[in-house]
Amino acid sequence: MSTFASSRETTEGRIYSVTGGDWDEVAREIGSAKEERVIVNMGPQHPSTHGVLRLMLELEGETITELRCGIGYLHTGIEKNTEFRTWTQGVTFVTRMDYLSPLFNETAYCLAVEKLLNITDQVPERASVIRVLMMELNRISSHMVALGTGALELGAMAPMFFAFREREKVLDIFEMVSGLRMNMAYVRPGGVAQDLPSDTVPKIRELVKELRKNFKDNEKLLVGNTIWMKRTKDVGYLDLAGCITLGVTGPVLRATGMPWDLRKTQPYCGYEDYKFDVVTADTCDVYGRFLIRMQELEQSLRIIEQACDKLEKLEGAPVMVADKKIAWPAQLALGGDGLGNSLEHIRQIMGTSMEALIHHFKIVTEGFRVPAGQVYVPIESPRGELGAHLVSDGGTRPYRVHFRTPSFSNLQATSAMCEGSLIADIVGAVASIDPVMGDVDR
Amino acid sequence: MSEDKGMFGVSGTGDTSGYGGLVRQQANPGSSQRPYGSYFDDVADELERAYPEFNDAIEKVIVDRGELTLHVKREKLVEVALVLRDKLLFEVCLGVSGVHYPEDQGRELHAVYALLSMTHNRRIRLEVSVPDSDPHIPSVVEVWAGNNWHERETYDMFGIIFDGHPALTRILMPDDWPGHPQRKDYPLGGIPVEYIGATVPAPDERRSYR
Repeated sequence: MSTFASSRETTEGRIYSVTGGDWDEVAREIGSAKEERVIVNMGPQHPSTHGVLRLMLELEGETITELRCGIGYLHTGIEKNTEFRTWTQGVTFVTRMDYLSPLFNETAYCLAVEKLLNITDQVPERASVIRVLMMELNRISSHMVALGTGALELGAMAPMFFAFREREKVLDIFEMVSGLRMNMAYVRPGGVAQDLPSDTVPKIRELVKELRKNFKDNEKLLVGNTIWMKRTKDVGYLDLAGCITLGVTGPVLRATGMPWDLRKTQPYCGYEDYKFDVVTADTCDVYGRFLIRMQELEQSLRIIEQACDKLEKLEGAPVMVADKKIAWPAQLALGGDGLGNSLEHIRQIMGTSMEALIHHFKIVTEGFRVPAGQVYVPIESPRGELGAHLVSDGGTRPYRVHFRTPSFSNLQATSAMCEGSLIADIVGAVASIDPVMGDVDR
Repeated sequence: MSEDKGMFGVSGTGDTSGYGGLVRQQANPGSSQRPYGSYFDDVADELERAYPEFNDAIEKVIVDRGELTLHVKREKLVEVALVLRDKLLFEVCLGVSGVHYPEDQGRELHAVYALLSMTHNRRIRLEVSVPDSDPHIPSVVEVWAGNNWHERETYDMFGIIFDGHPALTRILMPDDWPGHPQRKDYPLGGIPVEYIGATVPAPDERRSYR
C-alpha cells in the first residue's frame, strides 16, 4: 500500500514522484526493492536549493556516489539583452543577475565601462566612497541571507529571523538612497545616479551601532552550538588545491586559510585607503565558511565607518564625472513621486536652452560611444570574484558583455564537496557555497 | 574591424540629413611592441624562456588599457596553458568567454580566457580565434578543472566545440535547443509592446543609434 503521489515503471526502472511528507512510505517501498542503487532528483523546486537548482544524486544507501547539478532554469539572457541597449541602460540589466548583491554587479560593470572609456581616474572620489559604502552595506545584507537561510536549511529557525531583521534595516538605507530596495541601478558609468540624501550619514552611523549589537544574537545562537557544529564541522570539505583548480573564490577559498581578497590584493574604488582585515579559517568546511561570513560582517562595519568619515569631509563634492558627454542622466532629483528629472533641469531644457535639450535627447536615446577594445574587471563580491568581461566595437552599445560570476564557478565544487558524504550534508554544503541562481544562470 | 554607415546605422529610410554617406570605421587595438610596460615584459620573457616555441604559438601580443592579451594558435593552446600554469604559476583560470565577430573572415569565433596568478598577483588573458566553419578548440579542462562549466557555457552560447571536454553538453539552454543564442546572427526575439494608439517594437527591432 502506498500513499505517495505515484510510482510508474519505465525503461530505466521504477520512478517515484515525491512531493514531501511522504518520505516514510517511499523509503519503505524503495527498501523492499531489489535495486541497491537509487537516483534521486532533488529540485529544481526545493526550498533549500537557493532558487531553482536541480541536483541529481546517485545514492547507495544514504551515501552519495555521484552528484550532478542541473542549472539554467533561471537563464534570462541578460548578457544578450545588454547588446541591444546603451552602455548606461546595461546597468539596469546586470543589477538583476545576483539579486542579493546588486550593487556589486553594477559596480563591476561600471568599472569595466570606465576602464574602456579610460576615465577610471576621473571618477570623483565621493562617487568611489559612496560605491564602497553601498557595497559594504550590501555585503552585510547578502551575508545575512547566506547565514539566515543556511541556518534555516539545517533546521535552525531563529537565526533566520534575526538575520532578516537586520537585512531589512540595510535595505531601508538602500531605499532611502536610491529609491529602491533591490535592483536599484544606482551605480552608473562615471559615478553614481545621485548624491546621498542629507541625513544619510548620521542614519548609517546609528545603523552601524545597532547592527554591531544585534549581530551578537546570531553569534550567541550558533557559534559553538553543539547541534550546529555537528551539522557543519568537517562537512563539505574542499581544500586549497581543490579550490584553486576549480577556480573557487570568496569565503570558500578563504576557509582553506588562503587570505585572498581582491579588496586587498588588487584594490579598486580606493579600497587600499581603508583599514580592514581579511578573515580566514583553516578548516576547509562549512563551519569555517560560516565563521568567515560572521566575521566579515564586522569588517564591513569598519569599512562603512571609515567611508562615513570620508563622506563628511567630501560633503558637496561631485558624484559623477565632469564630462557631460558621459554623465547620464543629465540631472536627477528626488521628487514627491519618486525618482525623476529635476524641475529646474526640465525648465532649462524646455524653456531656455535648445542645445541643452538636444544634448539631453541625444544622451538619453543614443548614449555615448566607447572606444573599441576589451577589458576584464574583477571585484570581490560577497561570493567571490565577480569579473566583468566587456567588449566594445566603438558603438553606443556593448558588443559583448560576459560576467564571470562567483556563484557559477563555485557551484561546480558541489560534486567535489558532496560525493562520498551523506545525503543530509548536501544541504549544508550548498548553503556554504551560497549560490544565487540568478547569478549562476544570468 | 567594424563599420558603421550613415547617421544612425539604418539603411533604406529616406535619410535626407546628408549624413547618409557617412562611413565610420572602428578598429580593435592592434599588436603591441616592446616594451609592454608593467609586469607584462616579465611575463613575456618568462614564457619565451620556458616555452621555446613561443614565436610559433603566439600570434600576437596586445597590451591595451593596462591588460595583456596573448593570441594563441589553437593547436598550441594546451601546451601554452600547461607552461603558464606550471612554470609561470597562473594557477587559476577564471573561465572562458566567447565573442562572435561575423565580419572577421576566417576568425569569426573568439574564445577569451582570463588567467590569474595568485603567487605573483598577476593577470593575463589568452585569446584563441577559430573560423565559424571549423569551430574546434582543444579543451583546457585537464589543465584547469574549473573550466568545465565555462566551456560548456561557451559551447552552448557560441557553438565553439571544445575537443577533449569530458561532457560537452548544453548547460544554460535546454538540451534540445536549436542554435547558439549569443551569436550575432541569432535574433534577440521579443514581442512589441502595445499601448492604446501606439506600438513600441521589440528591442532588437528598435532604431539603433550606432
